[in-house]
Amino acid sequence: MNLQEPGLIFEHSREGRSATAQMPRRPGGTIGIPEALRRRSAPGLPSASELDVVRHYTRLSQRNFSIDTQFYPLGSCTMKYNPRACNSLAMLPGFLHRHPLAPARYSQGFLQTLHELQEMLREVTGMSGVSLTPMAGAQGEFAGVAMIRAYHDARGDRERSEIIVPDAAHGTNPATAIMCGYQVREIPTDASGDVDLEALRAAVGPQTAGIMLTNPSTLGVFERRIREIAGIVHEAGGLLYYDGANLNAILGKVRPGDMGFDVIHMNLHKTFSTPHGGGGPGAGAVGVSQRLLPFLPVPVVERTDDGLYRLATEVDRPQTIGRLSAFAGNAGVLLRAYVYMRMLGREGMTRVAEFSTLNANYVMAELRRAGFDLAFPERRATHEFIVTLKHPSRETGLTAMDVAKRLLDHGYHAPTTYFPLLVPECLLIEPTETESRQTLDGFVAAMVAILEESGRDIETIKGAPHRLPNRRFNEVAAAKRLDVVYHPEAAETAAGL
Amino acid sequence: MPFIPHTEDDIRGMLERIGVATIDDLFDEIPRDLRAPPLHGIPEGLCEMEITRLMHERAARDGLPLNFIGAGAYEHHIPAAVWQIATRGEFYSAYTPYQAEASQGTLQLIYEYQTMISRLTGMEVSNASLYDGASALAEAVLMAVRINRRSKSGRILVPGALHPAYRAVTRSIVHNQSIELVELPWDERLGSLDPGSLAAFEDQDIAALVIAQPNFFGVLEDVDALTRWAESRAIPVIAVVNPVSLALLKPPGEWGDRGADIVVGEGQPLGAPVSSGGPYFGFMTSRREHIRQMPGRIVGRTEDADGRSGFVLTLQAREQHIRRSKATSNICTNQGLVVTASTIHMALLGDQGLTRVAEACWANTHALRERLAEAGVRPRFEGDHFHEMVFDFGADAEGILERMAADGVLAGHALHAEYPQLPGCVLSCATETKSADDLDRFLQSLQKARAVAAPA
Repeated sequence: MNLQEPGLIFEHSREGRSATAQMPRRPGGTIGIPEALRRRSAPGLPSASELDVVRHYTRLSQRNFSIDTQFYPLGSCTMKYNPRACNSLAMLPGFLHRHPLAPARYSQGFLQTLHELQEMLREVTGMSGVSLTPMAGAQGEFAGVAMIRAYHDARGDRERSEIIVPDAAHGTNPATAIMCGYQVREIPTDASGDVDLEALRAAVGPQTAGIMLTNPSTLGVFERRIREIAGIVHEAGGLLYYDGANLNAILGKVRPGDMGFDVIHMNLHKTFSTPHGGGGPGAGAVGVSQRLLPFLPVPVVERTDDGLYRLATEVDRPQTIGRLSAFAGNAGVLLRAYVYMRMLGREGMTRVAEFSTLNANYVMAELRRAGFDLAFPERRATHEFIVTLKHPSRETGLTAMDVAKRLLDHGYHAPTTYFPLLVPECLLIEPTETESRQTLDGFVAAMVAILEESGRDIETIKGAPHRLPNRRFNEVAAAKRLDVVYHPEAAETAAGL
Repeated sequence: MPFIPHTEDDIRGMLERIGVATIDDLFDEIPRDLRAPPLHGIPEGLCEMEITRLMHERAARDGLPLNFIGAGAYEHHIPAAVWQIATRGEFYSAYTPYQAEASQGTLQLIYEYQTMISRLTGMEVSNASLYDGASALAEAVLMAVRINRRSKSGRILVPGALHPAYRAVTRSIVHNQSIELVELPWDERLGSLDPGSLAAFEDQDIAALVIAQPNFFGVLEDVDALTRWAESRAIPVIAVVNPVSLALLKPPGEWGDRGADIVVGEGQPLGAPVSSGGPYFGFMTSRREHIRQMPGRIVGRTEDADGRSGFVLTLQAREQHIRRSKATSNICTNQGLVVTASTIHMALLGDQGLTRVAEACWANTHALRERLAEAGVRPRFEGDHFHEMVFDFGADAEGILERMAADGVLAGHALHAEYPQLPGCVLSCATETKSADDLDRFLQSLQKARAVAAPA
């Protein structure tokens, strides 16, 4: 970690300084834009040399945790190693300089690659068709629920107004249902972490458009009665939506299509190892069963009879839910996922599930041995599991937040905290398959050290982190005194200048 | 095993500690009959050398044509430093900055980005980005409907000369919430919106007005007149702008008397290659009074327990992971890495560099107009343009484009599919990346392509 105070790029600016190597020649003649439409004053971008800029942003990068520098057991996020080849091969000039509206005839290399990706994703999920166009998991969810709606509408079945969502679901699920014009009905989880079937039976009816499920669920366990759930929902005329957030746990082992799901989204930035990039870009490809095929978002890559590849559009697929991006989604992310899948190959797919599950169960066993409580001690871990600090929080005041912040001092990124919402003081831990036993042992040792420390010096933990550029922030104050854009005058006033 | 570090010893030892005999035992809660069949459709794995060769072949197959297509994705020079720094592992492989103390690099960068894009658009606040320009417009429409509590109609006025894909995407995203897009005609001669056409909506309940500057045809709109019409009726204005053009053009914050309410656009021209369509990013800025209605992540500056300045994600109570079904949007991931590149790009160019780029774009496109006039090809519209123009290629436009493409020149985007009323029209763009030789090449290729078509 670079602990040196970096200052803002604006504070490194000096009037008259610039990175002149980056400027095109000044064109001759005058620029004929009418006076009334012209900008009157300069925008106020930084005035810095190329070295100023390179040094500043290199320093900023050194103030981040990342997979390349730290173990990142962030539950539900699948922070596995992002192979470097995926990046360099997606950034070949032929792909980067290809204009999205270039004719298909001059895009065959690119389109063939996307088509093969579509086919591999179809195979590994057991669905009938795939569209790669959604630009993130949440957009994939939107596409999925929009297809459910389009399906019911196309059948003239317009009374269905509700989407069922388990209480353990990601917040995107209910938010998506609302964006698609549905109401949300939440159903509870039973004591063993499965969906409460009685509650589900009571919830379904002619108003049910569908259910959104994650399996394995966000509680880190496999929904064992998924077939029964599918039966109940289908019986009522609803469809099943699969949230692919946890696909890593079952890749090559179980396929959502075989479980009875009608529509799924995959987070390529989780399961297929495209980078998280500090918050995107992701890619949220969707897969559908036979009956939803006509509604897939466009464009979809097609192989024609003469062996050429092309993008099918609204014209070819009149029942489509439409477009979700100006062109064809996050192409560069798709190329990275393709490279990853080809490197893993058939055998590698299944290994992802096996070794991510092995790693999670191992860390779970070690933490349990060391005295941590598990949310579901009777269950197998999938690729992740939940530790609850309900007891320590009462005894010594050690909260999930405290453990998260103290882990940062030990050089580990924190697990996911306070999610799912129904487990008190929880840590959702997902080691992923790319971590070695030695790394996992180091993490367990840090967890044990923190638990031990909490018995004798809770104050040090409460003050953590101590070894990072900053201590804990006052987020309430941040929201109250909003400062989201730099104003030098305001900063000077605050500093008493 | 690619990317799996376990030795035989590790596996044995770990299974022993768990208390099971095999890895397969760990899947014993999954019903047997649900197990997947062998994945015959997925080929065997390739080593890095093999996949490298394959991808080089694929990328090379598409060639590197001389490109004059814009239509929403624009070729610009990107400094070498931009992607070298953006793809440093510390940016590339970091997660969303929820753990603020361990993410100050990304958070500070986003704060700097928010500042730059707010200044460029002349607005007070910004979010951390959305997916792309088209989906950003859809989010802006939803936001405008939340802001405009007076309106009950959900009717949004949208120029017909707004990018067709932006209209299509917005429609797909908002139509389930009973929002309707009403299209405004463009002036036949000028190619810009006729402010007079708004008179037809004088007494109607309108939720928002969308103004694109420049519009899809590259034509500049009379933004002040359009904005004033909306202001006088208290209708929120959504501006859709090209960020490079803003080095020269009046920023939306200064349109009319009060400025636009929400500004969105495609961030791609600020540091992202055209890259087959993505990843790009959508930017969104607005007036400060609307910030609680904004979708997506927002970074704020604050102090830590020691009083030291730092950055956090703020106003999270708007977002799906807190508000669930009451969130402003379902968005969580945005386009962080592209924003990282874009911030470095804007810092390197500065005001002077971006202005120079915008001037060169204007000059090259207008030089292209002069060159094409030599061949008798003229612009379809008489309005003022920025860096894109509709040219009338005549009845054989499609054939000409095809022959030019075979000659290694992508002359532009044919409009007839999206605009049947503009047959033979082609939208072309010459950014700062085009040299005088490139324009010569365009002209020669065009003449060759037409000669083939000419009757013998």
